[in-house]
Amino acid sequence: MTAPAGPTRPFDWRPLAVPLALITAWELAMVLGPATTSETLAAPHAVLVGFFTIVADGTLLTATAQTLGAALGGLAAAVAIGLVLGLVLGLSALIDMLLEVSIEAIRPVPSIALVPLAMMIYGFGYRMEMSIIAFTAMWPVMILTRTAIRDLEPRLLEVAKALRMSFSDKVMKIMLPAIAPRVFVALRLAAGVALVVAITVEIASNPQGLGAAMILAQQTFHPELTLAILIWIGLLGYGINHALLYLQRRLFAFGTGSEVSHDAR
Amino acid sequence: MTQIGQTAQMRLEGVSLSYGAKLVLSDINLDIARGEIVSVVGPSGCGKTTSLRVLAGLVSPSGGRIVYEGTPLSGPRRDIAIVFQDYGKALLPWRTAYQNISLALETMGTDKSERPDRIHALLKLIGLGNHADKFPSQMSGGMQQRLQIARALAQEPSVLLMDEPFGALDAMTRQTLQDELLTLSTKTGATIYFVTHDLEEAVYLSDRVVGLLPNPGRVGRIFDVNLPRPRDQLTTRESPEFLHLRHELYQFVKGAEQ
Ligand SMILES: Nc1ncnc2c1ncn2[C@@H]1O[C@H](COP(=O)(O)OP(=O)(O)O)[C@@H](O)[C@H]1O
Ligand SMILES: [Mg+2]
Repeated sequence: MTAPAGPTRPFDWRPLAVPLALITAWELAMVLGPATTSETLAAPHAVLVGFFTIVADGTLLTATAQTLGAALGGLAAAVAIGLVLGLVLGLSALIDMLLEVSIEAIRPVPSIALVPLAMMIYGFGYRMEMSIIAFTAMWPVMILTRTAIRDLEPRLLEVAKALRMSFSDKVMKIMLPAIAPRVFVALRLAAGVALVVAITVEIASNPQGLGAAMILAQQTFHPELTLAILIWIGLLGYGINHALLYLQRRLFAFGTGSEVSHDAR
Repeated sequence: MTQIGQTAQMRLEGVSLSYGAKLVLSDINLDIARGEIVSVVGPSGCGKTTSLRVLAGLVSPSGGRIVYEGTPLSGPRRDIAIVFQDYGKALLPWRTAYQNISLALETMGTDKSERPDRIHALLKLIGLGNHADKFPSQMSGGMQQRLQIARALAQEPSVLLMDEPFGALDAMTRQTLQDELLTLSTKTGATIYFVTHDLEEAVYLSDRVVGLLPNPGRVGRIFDVNLPRPRDQLTTRESPEFLHLRHELYQFVKGAEQ
């Protein structure tokens, strides 16, 4: 499915004015002010130098690959499990009723509280991190899938019934395409959650990825590196969300767009 | 027009239907001949749509039965096609016009190599030849309803059930589609069960018009339409017979509303 490209707007620079002013003020305060020799803060120019240092020596790339690898693996599991669970719960009122209490009891467990358990099972490394990401990121997928199935246009199900479609055809040709736009929104939410959880777990315990790199920089008194990584993480999150938004518009441009664009933020 | 029991392709035998405690259809008896065009009129809420859904096999009657081609109807059949009132909801928004028609052929197991020709022929037949790759959201209401009709025709139905198919369209589009439907009916020989609230439309299209009475929905009167075919939007509608039938139907529905 190809979509016509949307109207291209000229880039608006105005929203950048506030951050630029803040950075300038920060630079001036650090260079001119009494905090010049701070061990907790660094001037923007030092952060920039630090950033290029860890880009050049490869540590940033390695850490980024580790974090994104874990996030992606966890996200894939979250989407697979969340989608299947959401489908089952959406299709069967009985199973939904039977599992409701259990799910509502497990779901609020904070992801970070799972670290000790995951560590006992998997030790350090990817599997521990991915299992926690999968646990946390599957809920939005499950819940939005279940709601989307519940909200399916009854007329479309009647079309399937009148044509005597097989159950698998009905799922593949009616249900999944019908819920796809909303599942994609769930995927975007889950991707954000996955990144947050990956870094949280790395900061808390797992000695790999961007989170661990930040902790190392902090413990070795390199505030400029801590800040450089922090800003990099922000940029990564921003970039991922916008890439997914772009993909969403390309994939689901067939409709009136209402169901896509309304909850697209 | 119909001889009971002999030429009837579809028979409603004492059909009644309740939703919970509410009796929606009560003891409906009707024979529909092969190739006949039967319209159903009546005040809003009298059970027109429900009668169509029963004929479609989408709901089972609470009492009585439908006999189709000599055997009791037990559920939806592919040779009975439905055109829903709300075309915007009945089409798959993520599929193009071509792909929406393809849905019917895929489901019926039509050979993959045969599909493109059949789909293009249907698109052409229904006047959408140049719009194969448009999504429903890119089409007007009239085009969307044409597409839904094309999808129904892809089933090569013996019976076409239509629920106020032109109700949401403007007058000109409606008249064009009425004539196209009459042409289709001659070409395909399909039986047409046509629900409408437009009394002139009912007379213009039909061999017979069934007038339903409400609460509970039941057959009040059956009007035979002996207007010559082919029909014409001007001369048919101006003929005394047409005006007389319109008058009678109007009085019937007016009386039924009270
Ligand atoms: N699924 C349903 N559940 C309960 N009542 C229904 C349902 N469908 C229709 N009805 C009721 O049946 C009656 C006839 O409805 P319908 O066949 O849609 O009327 P019409 O098409 O003639 O306007 C109405 O009173 C309506 O409220
Ligand atoms: Mg109706």
